[in-house]
Amino acid sequence: MNKRQNVTMKGTKDGITLHLDDACSYAELKKELNHKLIESSKSQENKLISVLVHTGNRYLTSSQEEEIKELIRQKKNLVVESVLSNVLTKDEAEKQKQANEIVSITKIVRSGQVIEVPGDLLLIGDVNPGGTVRAGGNIFIMGELKGIAHAGFYGNHEAVISASIMRPTQLRICDSISRAPDEKQDENSREMECAYMNEERKIIIDRLQVLVHVRPNISNLQGGF
Amino acid sequence: MGEAIVITSGKGGVGKTTTSANIGTALALQGKRVCLVDTDIGLRNLDVVMGLENRIIYDLVDVVKGRCKMQQALVKDKRFDDLLYLLPAAQTSDKNAVDPDEMKILIDDLKQDFDYIIIDCPAGIEQGYRNAVSGATKAIVVTTPEATAVRDADRIIGLLEQEDHIERPRLVINRIRPQLMKNRDTMDIDDITRHLDLELLGIVADNDQVIRATNQGEPIAMDPNNIASIAYRNIARRILGESVPLQQLQEENTGVFTKIKNFFKVK
Repeated sequence: MNKRQNVTMKGTKDGITLHLDDACSYAELKKELNHKLIESSKSQENKLISVLVHTGNRYLTSSQEEEIKELIRQKKNLVVESVLSNVLTKDEAEKQKQANEIVSITKIVRSGQVIEVPGDLLLIGDVNPGGTVRAGGNIFIMGELKGIAHAGFYGNHEAVISASIMRPTQLRICDSISRAPDEKQDENSREMECAYMNEERKIIIDRLQVLVHVRPNISNLQGGF
Repeated sequence: MGEAIVITSGKGGVGKTTTSANIGTALALQGKRVCLVDTDIGLRNLDVVMGLENRIIYDLVDVVKGRCKMQQALVKDKRFDDLLYLLPAAQTSDKNAVDPDEMKILIDDLKQDFDYIIIDCPAGIEQGYRNAVSGATKAIVVTTPEATAVRDADRIIGLLEQEDHIERPRLVINRIRPQLMKNRDTMDIDDITRHLDLELLGIVADNDQVIRATNQGEPIAMDPNNIASIAYRNIARRILGESVPLQQLQEENTGVFTKIKNFFKVK
């Protein structure tokens, strides 16, 4: 058989990479993948091997992706680590763009109001008590934070909250909550602060300047200055 | 074509009805034709504050349901020569007896005949509130220096901001007790104004005469010497577009303080 192979397997030190050809039909691909897996799984020993699947320029719907994963998983010692592809749907691209975008809003978020953005939030205004701001990413407040801020709403524990004046009723990052201390604090020390989650998944409030060290990847300036 | 102003606060008991009655009275004293509309259907009060309870024949719900003509339901205030009227709320129905569209038609109708329509809004953010704001183009938010009242005012301002037909609301801080404010036991005027981010329309000191006047059915704004009355008259002047400069407000503010101090000294 001189036919060009639709499924190629490469061993790396971390496991196997499966390259799936993007020109053949999906049915053909599935069939060949199955063959290949049966062939190779015979020769392997009983150790768990992680598999990286690369689909090239083929777009797999989520159900197709699930089928492929299932096919690989059925072979008892293989684990799918991730499925990579060169292509994205417009929807996914839009979502990714939103999740990486900074949305800026000038507004006072008043009691009972909720502002939610998928990416980072830049609020030019205050959050009053009873008001809530939520973001998939970081939250930057130019005014006073007196209500609730929830950063990393979809599970990003790297997210931070910063405010010119930090007097929140509650801070939430990812799934961790911290509330204001019950006793009144002195008024002047709450300026230009940030909140982030440390290794013990506790929310720490500190000077804004510490972000340079604990979250250097917030910067996205290209090149040097 | 008149202007419809809704007086609202979110929280109950901060003085919406007293403020409505006195702003209405003060505007009438300035020679404007004013109609007070009580939208607190089921819990009407404005007629009592105005001392017009015994003249009510028809009410707001009767007008909306077509059981009477508008002219029949309007109660004329005898103290003014054809300037001040009250459209009372019904006492036997509830807030759901009227919907916002009907209310808007009613207010638009009143705008033809009056310079100012002062709408007294019920407490809360439900149907009664929606009815009250539907016909208004301006809003006055009343609060007291208490944290609870300020919190509810903040909520109501958020809701008012979503109403496209209403201009940016203005703020009245009511029942100020200067001594408490001075001791920082309550928020001060700057704190409240900055927190709520509204234009300050006026401040009214807490005053026993206001309670007495309310119980007698004669709005305090009728009394030319009372401090609260002067505050309401100043509010009316500002509504009429007279620019009462901020400095004067501060002076007036210290005036209130010293007057109260003197009052106690005399006693």
